[in-house]
Amino acid sequence: MGYEPQADFGTPEAHSETQVTLRIDGRGVTVPLGTSVMRAAALAGGSIPKLCATDNVAAFGSCRLCLVEVDGIRGTPASCTTPVAEGMVVHTQTPRLEKLRRGVMELYISDHPLDCLTCSANNDCELQDAAAQVGLRDVRYGYQGDNHLGLPTDSSNPYFDFDPSKCIVCSRCVRACEEVQGTFALTIDGRGFASTVSAGQSADDFLSSECVSCGACVQACPTATLSEKTIREIGKPERSVVTTCGYCGVGCTFRAEMRGEQLVRMVPWKDGKANHGHSCVKGRFAWGYANHKDRITTPMIRESIDQPWREVSWDEALAFTAERLNAIRAESGPGALGGITSSRCTNEETFLVQKLVRAGFGSNNVDTCARVCHSPTGYGLKTTFGTSAGTQDFDSVRDADVILVIGANPTDAHPVFGSAMKRRIREGAKLIVIDPRRIDLVRSPHVRAAHHLALQPGTNVAVLTAMAHVIVTEGLADEAFIRERCDLDEYQDWARFVSDPRHSPETLEAVTRVPAGELRAAARLYATGGNSAIYYGLGVTEHSQGSSTVMAIANLAMATGNIGRSGVGVNPLRGQNNVQGSCDMGSFPHELSGYRHISDTATRQVFEKDWGVVLDPEPGLRIPNMLDAAIDGSFRAIYIQGEDILQSDPDTKHVAAGLAAMDCVIVHDLFLNETANYAHVFLPGSTFLEKTGTFTNAERRIQMVRKVMEPANGPNGQGMADWEVTQALANAMGLGWTYTDTGEVMDEIARLTPSFAGVSHARLDADGSLQWPVNDAAPNGTPIVHQDGFVRGKGKFVVTEYIPTDEKTGPRFPLLLTTGRILSQYNVGAQTRRTANTVWHGEDVLEMHPTDAENRGLSHGDWVRLASRKGETTLRLDVTDRVAPGVVYTTFHHPETQANVVTTEFSDWATNCPEYKVTAVQVTPSNGPSDWQADYAELSRRARRVVHAEPAA
Amino acid sequence: MNIDTLRYMADQIARNFATMEQGDAVAATAEHITLFWDPRMKATIVASDRAALSPIAAAAVDMLAAQPAPAALQP
Repeated sequence: MGYEPQADFGTPEAHSETQVTLRIDGRGVTVPLGTSVMRAAALAGGSIPKLCATDNVAAFGSCRLCLVEVDGIRGTPASCTTPVAEGMVVHTQTPRLEKLRRGVMELYISDHPLDCLTCSANNDCELQDAAAQVGLRDVRYGYQGDNHLGLPTDSSNPYFDFDPSKCIVCSRCVRACEEVQGTFALTIDGRGFASTVSAGQSADDFLSSECVSCGACVQACPTATLSEKTIREIGKPERSVVTTCGYCGVGCTFRAEMRGEQLVRMVPWKDGKANHGHSCVKGRFAWGYANHKDRITTPMIRESIDQPWREVSWDEALAFTAERLNAIRAESGPGALGGITSSRCTNEETFLVQKLVRAGFGSNNVDTCARVCHSPTGYGLKTTFGTSAGTQDFDSVRDADVILVIGANPTDAHPVFGSAMKRRIREGAKLIVIDPRRIDLVRSPHVRAAHHLALQPGTNVAVLTAMAHVIVTEGLADEAFIRERCDLDEYQDWARFVSDPRHSPETLEAVTRVPAGELRAAARLYATGGNSAIYYGLGVTEHSQGSSTVMAIANLAMATGNIGRSGVGVNPLRGQNNVQGSCDMGSFPHELSGYRHISDTATRQVFEKDWGVVLDPEPGLRIPNMLDAAIDGSFRAIYIQGEDILQSDPDTKHVAAGLAAMDCVIVHDLFLNETANYAHVFLPGSTFLEKTGTFTNAERRIQMVRKVMEPANGPNGQGMADWEVTQALANAMGLGWTYTDTGEVMDEIARLTPSFAGVSHARLDADGSLQWPVNDAAPNGTPIVHQDGFVRGKGKFVVTEYIPTDEKTGPRFPLLLTTGRILSQYNVGAQTRRTANTVWHGEDVLEMHPTDAENRGLSHGDWVRLASRKGETTLRLDVTDRVAPGVVYTTFHHPETQANVVTTEFSDWATNCPEYKVTAVQVTPSNGPSDWQADYAELSRRARRVVHAEPAA
Repeated sequence: MNIDTLRYMADQIARNFATMEQGDAVAATAEHITLFWDPRMKATIVASDRAALSPIAAAAVDMLAAQPAPAALQP
């Protein structure tokens, strides 16, 4: 694809089944009712000059450039605000319109710098285009009058500049901030000639304002007023590739715009079905890590972890690795070997890693980082509904009347979907938030939660059971739905259980700390407010009762009939770009791709026949079990692709002990991450920009990832994408794999996985994306599952008894710590810490309520010691009433803090998903790093020594 | 494998099935361990002292012990 901006139809698409036919400049055109004349003209191939209109915000009608004449209508209406009508006759180019438009353009240009040749938007500027379209040849007013040409540029944002001297005050940026992003950080300050775009209050610049740097304003700007710094530095792109973002589970589609091998900018793709042309600060701007100086591009090995790394050739690294793996296997059996697939890599790469472990290593010891995030979703939704995935597409939220968010923080962790959610709330949907912390959604511009249930961490099941109690005892259950769609006996057991007075909100208030009246009101709203949709995140799953909470959520949805149509459903918000896909691809030790248990002989035989091996019918070790078995001596080698378990997994000292006990730790990554401190082999990885394959987002949407540039881990195009490295390792072990591209891998996945039967790269190229299942019954995919019945047959109500976590507060550790993410950083921060996003979040801080801070003599900004029975660290304090008294909160983005030194070994009963969200802690003043921090800093320094290879003669 | 960890896991599973009838809870606990535990974890708990387990978990492990052991993986 060359470089041409995506077509802009001027006003948003109208959704009507009624079609209207009109004539524009003599040509007939038929469009949906509600379409603007401007859009109809664009759809017919025309292009009415415009400046204030763009198709991702509502028509505004301020620039007066898009005027048209319509037979039978007086004057010259703006085509952007004039809806089409049956039989309408429109003229877009007449002598009268020419004169009017030219007059308007003269006024604009009289206050605009004429520096087009040196302007960063040269040849990519809508003002320039409009001047050309209207035939502007002269400006009668001259350029000497009052103007805005001397205004200083605001360069405070690390990614884009705001140059008000080039602003035409079309307010597209202001409207994009409001309508698309929903932050309302921008406004037009002043009136008439004094009107200027302003971020935040008058004393603010872009950085100090509420701006979240999503890029919607930059995208909307028709001039160079808001433009990417990279465009100014590099120039206009020459080619572009449509691909899928490598950050969160929303799965935004972007156009990577390139000049040579250099990425100039990432522009959200309007046809992306997950993001519809929107983006967040991470996907839009935070891609600089791809070329960061820390990136390792040469394979490295060492005999033991106390030695420095030695740079070697790919051949030497792979031979060394294969020899070690084969030797360990010969000594200790296949059960001593395992691997971890990456939720940041493609489906194809993940599939190959689990294939290497099962078919090559000969064990089922394969797991993935979903173990520590959404494994309870897999268990809970499979048990209740029959499918280990969310029920809806993202667009379903447009039909929701009640949105229940529990244990999720969409505006930080899933920002683009958070914006879609806020838009629906501004349209009138009601919001219930269940979270110990006052997340931004609870109260932000034009968004107010109807109910915020600020529960005690660890009491999700009690809160949901109390809500079920209200729904059943007040007769709010949808009995017709239950009788038709669910197992009635199981429902009746469950209804009896939740109806017990011990589950009333009043009784449970002592445990949950949620006022009973508020909880009753929230339950009534969820049950009776129309279409009710539940969105949840890791605040649900990362608990001792994570799986029970997922099932309790499913129970609520079934009991109220909120399953099987648009606007309702149970929607896990997935943390990483391909965590859904990594689960789908058979990354769990107990199941093959498509969630089929390894003990199922028929399924296993399909794989055995295709792969020509015999598979072990017993489940393998999960990540925490692998670490236990390593300390025990029975698990000795691990291949970790794109995952940093030392930083991301709980109880750091235990993880470190497990890794240190292994004889062969292979880290395949972009950077020498924390896990690599304990590795013997480092295989340099490739970024999502350097490979072709697919990611599957939180709505089961499979989308193409396309190679934009060559992998950096080899010279002159000799680098290898991650799937090629896995294949090379397999072949070094003698497996004889012969994939020539990832399309062949997807063909194998489709051949072996019924829910992917109709998926191929060719189909994805043609259709843009597909939501699984894609098979004979649903050849075009499945946006909403369980429409005509549950996948498992009858929906299963599961009794979920509230069992308090064994992690208890007491005199030594009186506070509860919960952890989470922030908008500008991503997971362990390996990528975002290596970008300018650090201006928003340079360190992890501890949020504490003012009362708790005062009781301890602590002030905002103090260094504090955060200690649990597991370990301690130090960080700065943020005194805020976002958290309730008794609760503290921090993020885990920075290895210097390493919040997981403090978290415990407790985990979900069904899946071993760690209990990150509840740790009993104490906070005291501190004057320096903890012993652990000091020791670890020294260990990291030693473990990262590299002996560079001699350059070839 | 650390037997204390495995005992804690088995008891935790049993506690979450404890609202069922006793027999169903035992069967559900045994099935859960069968479906999700690696053979060395199963072997370790089967070989361990039942007295340290909750009654449901102990009965479930008895049930596992009565099943044929999975074939050991060959190098």
